[in-house]
Order: sequence, then structure tokens, then C-alpha cells
Amino acid sequence: MSATAERESMLKLNDVHSYYGQIHALKGISIDVKEGEVVTLIGSNGAGKSTTLRTISGLLSPRQGEVLYKGNNIAGTPAHKVAGMGIAQSPEGRRIFPRMTVLENLQMGAFVHGKVDPNDLARVYDLFPRLKERVSQKAGTMSGGEQQMLAIGRALMASPKLLLLDEPSMGLSPILVEQIFSIIKDINKQGTTVLLVEQNALMALAVASHGYVLQTGQIILQDNAKALLANETVRKAYLGEE
Amino acid sequence: MNWTLFFQMVIIGIATGSLIALIALGYTLVYGIVELINFAHGEVFMLGAFFAGTVIGLTGVTSENSTIQIIGTLLLALLACMVFSAVLNAFIDRVAYRRLRNAPRLAPLIAAIGFSFILQNIAIYWKGPNPLIAPKILPREFTQYNILKEWAIFGGYFDDKFIRFMAKDVLVIGITIPLLIGMSWFVYRTRIGTAMRATAQDREAAALMGIDINRTIQVAFLIGGALAGAAGMVALIYNNSARFNMGFQYGLFAFTAAVLGGIGNLTGAVVGGLLIGLIWAMSDGWMPTVVPGWGAQWTNTVIFSILVLVLIFRPAGLFGKATTEKV
Amino acid sequence: MAVSSVQARTEAFFAERKAESNDRLRKVLIGIVVVSLYPILDQWLGFGLLGSLIPILMYALLAMGLNIVVGYAGLLDIGYVAFFIIGAYAQAFLTSPNSFFIRQGLVPGFVQNFWVAMLFSWVLAAIFGVLIGAPTLRLRGDYLAIVTLGFSEIVPDFFTNAAGITGGPRGIGQIAKPPAIPLPGDRSISFSSTDHVSWFYLLLAVGVLTLFMVTRLYDSRMGRAWQAIREDEIAAASMGIPPVSTKLWAFALGASFAGFAGSVYSGYVQSVYPDQFQFSLSILVLSMVILGGIGNIYGVLAGALIIGSFDRILAVKLTIPLNALGRQMESWPGIFGDLGSFFATHSLTADRFLIFGLALVLVMILRPGGLFPSKQRAAEMKGDDDNFEFDDYETNQTVRSARRKEA
Ligand SMILES: Nc1ncnc2c1ncn2[C@@H]1O[C@H](COP(=O)(O)OP(=O)(O)OP(=O)(O)O)[C@@H](O)[C@H]1O
Ligand SMILES: [Mg+2]
Repeated sequence: MSATAERESMLKLNDVHSYYGQIHALKGISIDVKEGEVVTLIGSNGAGKSTTLRTISGLLSPRQGEVLYKGNNIAGTPAHKVAGMGIAQSPEGRRIFPRMTVLENLQMGAFVHGKVDPNDLARVYDLFPRLKERVSQKAGTMSGGEQQMLAIGRALMASPKLLLLDEPSMGLSPILVEQIFSIIKDINKQGTTVLLVEQNALMALAVASHGYVLQTGQIILQDNAKALLANETVRKAYLGEE
Repeated sequence: MNWTLFFQMVIIGIATGSLIALIALGYTLVYGIVELINFAHGEVFMLGAFFAGTVIGLTGVTSENSTIQIIGTLLLALLACMVFSAVLNAFIDRVAYRRLRNAPRLAPLIAAIGFSFILQNIAIYWKGPNPLIAPKILPREFTQYNILKEWAIFGGYFDDKFIRFMAKDVLVIGITIPLLIGMSWFVYRTRIGTAMRATAQDREAAALMGIDINRTIQVAFLIGGALAGAAGMVALIYNNSARFNMGFQYGLFAFTAAVLGGIGNLTGAVVGGLLIGLIWAMSDGWMPTVVPGWGAQWTNTVIFSILVLVLIFRPAGLFGKATTEKV
Repeated sequence: MAVSSVQARTEAFFAERKAESNDRLRKVLIGIVVVSLYPILDQWLGFGLLGSLIPILMYALLAMGLNIVVGYAGLLDIGYVAFFIIGAYAQAFLTSPNSFFIRQGLVPGFVQNFWVAMLFSWVLAAIFGVLIGAPTLRLRGDYLAIVTLGFSEIVPDFFTNAAGITGGPRGIGQIAKPPAIPLPGDRSISFSSTDHVSWFYLLLAVGVLTLFMVTRLYDSRMGRAWQAIREDEIAAASMGIPPVSTKLWAFALGASFAGFAGSVYSGYVQSVYPDQFQFSLSILVLSMVILGGIGNIYGVLAGALIIGSFDRILAVKLTIPLNALGRQMESWPGIFGDLGSFFATHSLTADRFLIFGLALVLVMILRPGGLFPSKQRAAEMKGDDDNFEFDDYETNQTVRSARRKEA
């Protein structure tokens, strides 16, 4: 507790409201992600988890509220500028560039830097050896799990300060899910702050230090990860316990 | 069968085909990235041709001047036309299409049709409704110069009655090929070209990579416009005239070429352009000698039928799914 | 989920629309009465505009037909003139003594009558609508637009080039006009090209009939299906609405009304030749539909009136004061330079397509539903451009990939 209190806040959302046309998708979200933490957002389908990430990364601009990144309000800043500030997102559904090769996709990840840092590339290959084997394969022809690795690897190529991961475990086999979560831990240990959106609440809360529970665009619960794991509502709704 | 005529038409077909390819690339680049049939593209080409007339006229250089001056003027005019049409194309995107990025896809298409009419009328204000005659900049000896007859390596075997491979044809191909090479270098080797390809594949993911989508789209319009401007200048010199309504026919022929090659596919657009150029030349010049009753008046019908048939039966183009890299 | 919400919305919408359309009907009847009194007014005040109103009424016929295709079914047809040509030539083939088919003895005598031939032309245009529509309506919207354009270039080319049958560039003359209607006494109503009053009422009658049919269609099951397809083809298909045949109906009916207008036109001008019909006519009619209010038949009629009267009346009339102004300005060359002589000799008729082009662009940008929008059509054309550029990009992407799979 005392350790986190000293840490700087890296990302802070204050009463954020986002819309898709008439649809009010976020109804006043406030979250706080401290430097060096892994924070997770959990919630059922359509709760607004992806929308929160899209609002942070600038794909969507909120109609109301603040998105403070390192103390500056970046709400409404276009996505390409947000990317330049050190925020990388691995979007829902992977969204890799299908007609580019694996290597080209990774190079795209480093687009903000202009050129590829060999250390970043080495780190990604280290975390995902499979990608190294497939460097010249067209990304669109890879399996779902491989594409997921590529999407995360691509986000890492930006060597971000803050990494937004949208359901990184989706569509992966159980062993790979374990691996992905331990990789997330590694990434975090190497100094990247992570905001993690997950369906797999158990795993997410295991790696995270803090968690928020979203429901229909609002935060209904927040606590440190251990407490949430023990929380009855969470256990019922998201861990499938009766 | 008249083989002389046949090969003559092949040469003409390649020359006009490379011109069409330049225009087709503009359709394909823009479609690849924003999925819009830029209906006003033919008019951007036509205004490029008009602008070439003005620029060459302003320099005052004529066929009387020295060769260096003539070449310099042609290069200057080429550059000027490219800049002019590039800016015009990007301007249209800025004032109209960009505002309609999220509207249903028919909205920007309708706006593009509107622009096509606006630009034709501007052209009429500018140069009048009658054909504009190209300034006399190429010396007569040059326009009449038949490489096959004059060059020693052909051993004086060919005379003017046989196939003519005119210096003018070389000029067209000589301008087109470097532009094509330059463009593919740009798209495949530069940072902004990479951004274009990424944007074409997944706009949102590209934005997340730090790519400024609007600027990238603007660059696609700039390049497409520049190629159309170059084509305009070449067409003016090659055909010796230009008219306010030429953009409609060239534009549709070029669009047909782009569709034939698989829209969004750069190599396809070039191949399609050459094919359409060949078909055009054959239907105009050669077919009348083999098919009784055939005449140049059927060319439009043939090309539009190709357009319709390809769209119906092979909407992904002749090369179908096995396309090489898209934009 | 999407399906049921579309369905519910559609049901509610239709209930509301029934009530609205009864209310409308009263207004329309009043409108018709007013318009039908116009010839008397014209004569009293000596406007002499009846002759110009006839083409405007024809535009209105075309615009109502195109509105079925573009407005109701959401299919962008930019080669609509093709069906107009087919109707016009069909009328010529069936009734002109110069017609190839009549000379070959292929047209039975009873068909060689204006009214009978009109029915045939109407049906023939619809058949062509099916022939062109059936293979192409699977295509994506923008490709369909280009196919219609290609087709509308081929058709007049064919009529120009197949001179043995079509009379080539000079076309066909002596097309039948409607037989004179005998009145009690020695008088009769005749339909030569100078009988503006008879033609005015004939066209008005045809127009009212068309309006009646089109509004009935819109309120029918078919109209409902068109709307569903236009809003969301995939959801509609999963509700059991067959996309291709539904679109085909719209396309063919739209074509039939163009053929109808073409045959009346042919009887009015009494000679047809390919140069009368150009791509620009398709765009003229399209701009009526879009300016007036895409999908709203009354808006479309207003669009036809606005654009038609500019095309046929105002461009000419307004040129007179413009030229006068120009001559005044010419005496101040220091201030106006060449502008004076430009205005003094400039004819606004030359600017018509500049203005229609501008209308298309401006309406799309500023008022996508047109001047008199149909409520839900306006919302659709606008798209959800709330505050982010890619708001519905993802949705589009999903819809697109679904379409691709389907194709
Ligand atoms: N592009 C869009 N247009 C309209 N509504 C949208 C769009 N994207 C999301 N929504 C709506 O916004 C709400 C929140 O969606 P969001 O994608 O943020 O949910 P989520 O929590 O990520 O769900 P999931 O776990 O299924 O990914 C949902 O009701 C959804 O229907
Ligand atoms: Mg989500």
C-alpha cells in the first residue's frame, strides 16, 4: 500500500463520457494507473472496456471528462499523436496488417520512432520465438494465436511507456494463455506500465495489482487485485462461482 | 491480314496505354486507401493538359528555340502540371471527401460526380468549349522522326510505309516509365509509402501505429493527382490537342483499366492500362481491316462492355485473388 | 439483436407513415388542383411559360422514377438516361412510319398507336431494367453506379452505330402523337407540339398517375423491403427479405418509369436521335432527387421544379438582367475590367451544369438529406460522424467483410 502511494500516476481518467453516435458507451469513467503497475479492467461483454481503451488511445474522443497522461490532458488528441507520446495499444481482434509480412508488421510497430531498434526486435523475438520463425510469412495467413502474439509484439516495438492490451488471451489455447500472462508480467518487470482488458478475470487479477469492474459504461467496483479476487460479486459474476 | 498495320497499332496502343496507366494509378491509389471512385479524377487529368498548354505558352519557347530550351521547357511543364494536378486533387479531397469519410460510401461518390461537372465547367471558362491546340514546341523534324527508318542499326530496312516508331511514342513511354518506377519506389520504399499501405489495410490500426491518417490519405490524392497531371501534359503533346470533355472518356477508360487489373492493385493498373490502350488502338485502327463493318465508333462500346463484364464476372480483376501487393 | 431492432423500428415507422400520408394526400390534392389551374393563369397574365413547363413535368416523371431506385432502394444509378432512351426509341420503333420494324411489317396495326405503344415502351424498359439489373445488383454500390454509367454509354452508342435499324445519328422522325380527342361540336383536343395546353394536361395526368403509383409502392410491403435493404442489407436478408430480387424490383420499376417518360417525350418531340440523350441528363435528374430530398417523393418533386425551372426558364430569364448589368459595368472599365464585357455576353444557360455539380457537392456536405429530407434518410446519409473520424469504421469493416464472404 505504501509503495503504490509514492508512485506517480501515469494515467488518470476523470469522469470520462464517450459516445458512438447516440449510444452513450462510457458514462463517467474514472480510473488511475500508476507508473510501473499492471491494472486490469474487467467486465461483461459490451460493458465499455474496449471503448475505454479506444478513448485513451485517441481512436475515440470523449465528449466530457479528462484523460490525464503524465499530468497532461490528452482527451481528444488524435490517435497518431497519442501513439507518439509513448502509449501503444494492442487492439481488440488483433488488427494486424494482413498483407504485410510478420517483420513488416513489427516494423510498423516502430513507426513512431522512424527506425527499428534492434534491441526491441530482439526482445520481441525473445518473448515470442514463434514470430522469429515466421518473419517473412504474410501476417494474414498466420493462425489466430500467432496473430495475437504479433499484435502484442507489434505494440511492444514502440517501446511504450504505457501498454494497452485488449483481451490478449482471446482465442488462445490454455497453455498459451498462461504464457501470455507470464509475458505480460515480464513486460511489466522490464518497466512498462500495463492497462489490461480481460475476460479472463482470474488470470488478469493474478497479474494485476489493481482492478476495476465495468458494467454498462460505469465502474461498479474497484480495489486492489487481491481484494477483488476475494470479492463476492466478482466471484459470482466473473469467476463463474455460484 | 495486315501485319504492318497490326504492329503499328501495337506501338500506338502501348503509347496510349502507358498514358492510361498513369491515370489508372490515380484511381487505384485512391480507391485502395479510401474506397472511393474518384469520379473527378478524369477532370484533374484534363485540367493538367490545359495547364500544360498555359505553362508552355507562358515560357514562349517554340520549336524554333534550341533543343536544350525545348527539353528544359518540357521538363518544367511536366513538373508544373504534376504540382498543379496534385494540389487540385488534394484540394478536392480536403474540401469535400474528407468531410464525408464516415458518411455512406455513396455520399463521397456523389460529391465526386458533382466535382467532375464543376471542373468541366471551369475548363470551359478557362479555355472555351473548343479543342485547345497544343503549342508548337516539338520541331517538325522530331514529330516526323521515324526511329525505325532513321536509326542506322535498323540498316535502312524500314521506310515510312512500314511501321513507324515515332520519336513521339518514345517521348510518351520515356516519361511514363520513370514515373512508374518513381511511384513504386515511393510506395514501397519510403516511410510515407509504408504508411499508405498500412492505412489501406487497416485504417484504425495504422492510426494506432502513429500514422496520421488524414495526411496519408492526402498524400495518396497528391500522388494520384501528380500522375494525372503528368498524363495530361503527355496527352496534350501526344494528341496535339485537348478538350474540356476529354477527362470523361480517358477517365472511364482508365477506371476500366484499374478494374481490369484489380482495383487497389498498382501493378494491375499498369497492366490494365496497357491492355486498354492496345484494345483501343486495335479497335480504332486494325479491326476495321479484319471485321467488315467495324469502325472506330464501336470502341467505346467495346471498352464499356469490358468494364461492365469484368465488374460482373471478375470484380476482383483479371488476376483475381492472386493479386500481388495492394497499395 | 440487430434484426429485431430493425424490425421494430420499421413497424413503428410504418404506422407513423400511414397517418402522415393521409394528411399528405389532402395537401397533394390541393396542389394538383392549383397546378391544373396554371394554364388559365398563364394565359391571363401572359407569361407564356407553358411550353417550358412541359419539359419540367417530364423531369418530374424521371425524378420520381429515379427516386425509387436511389431514394427508396439506395442504389446509385448514374446511367438512368439509358432507360429513358429505350422508352423513347421503343415508341419510335412502334409508331413511326420510318421505323425499321414497321417497314418489315413486324408491328401489328393496333400497336402503332401512341397510347398502346406507350404501354409497350413502359414494359420494355422494365424488361431492360431486369436484364441489366439481374447480373449487376449483387455488386457493391459504387461498382453498380459505374456499371449503370457504362451501360448508359453503350445504349446511345448502339443507337448511333446500328444505323440500319435505328437511323443512326439522325434518328427516327414522324413518331405518333396521341390521337386527337373529339369534343362535342366541331372541336377536338389535338396534340401537336405546339398544343401546349393539351400536352400540359396530358403530362399532368401522367404525372399524377405516377405519383399515385409510386406512393402506393412506397407504402406497400415492397416499400418496406426496400427500406430494410437500404438500411442494412445483411440484417434485412436475415429477416427473410431476398436482397437481389428486392433490389431488382426497384431497379426495374425505376427503369419502367423512365421508359414511360421516354415514350411520352418521344411523342411530344416526334423525333428521336442519340445526341438528345447524354450522361448529363442522368446527372440532371440525379441532382433533382438529391437536392430535393432523397427518398422523399414530395421533396423530389420540389427538386425537379427547382432544377427544372432553372434549366428551362430561369437560366434564360436571368441572363437578360445579367447582360444588362454587364453592359452597365462595361462603361466603368477602370473598376470592373473585363468583367463587364464578360457579363454582357455571358449566358447563364452555359452554367447550368456548373450549378448542378455544385448542388450535388454542397448538398452532400451541408445537407445530405436534401432541402426537404425524408427523416430517416437524412440520418442515414449523414452517418454517425459524432466526434471521431473512425467512429463506425469498425462496423463498416465488419459489414464489409461479411459482404465479401457472402459474395
Ligand atoms: N463502433 C460502434 N458503434 C456503435 N456502438 C458501439 C461501437 N463499438 C461499441 N459500441 C457499443 O458500445 C458499448 C461498449 O462496447 P465495448 O466494445 O467497449 O464493450 P467491451 O466491454 O469491450 O465488450 P467485449 O468484452 O465484448 O469486447 C456496447 O454496447 C457496444 O454495442
Ligand atoms: Mg471489447
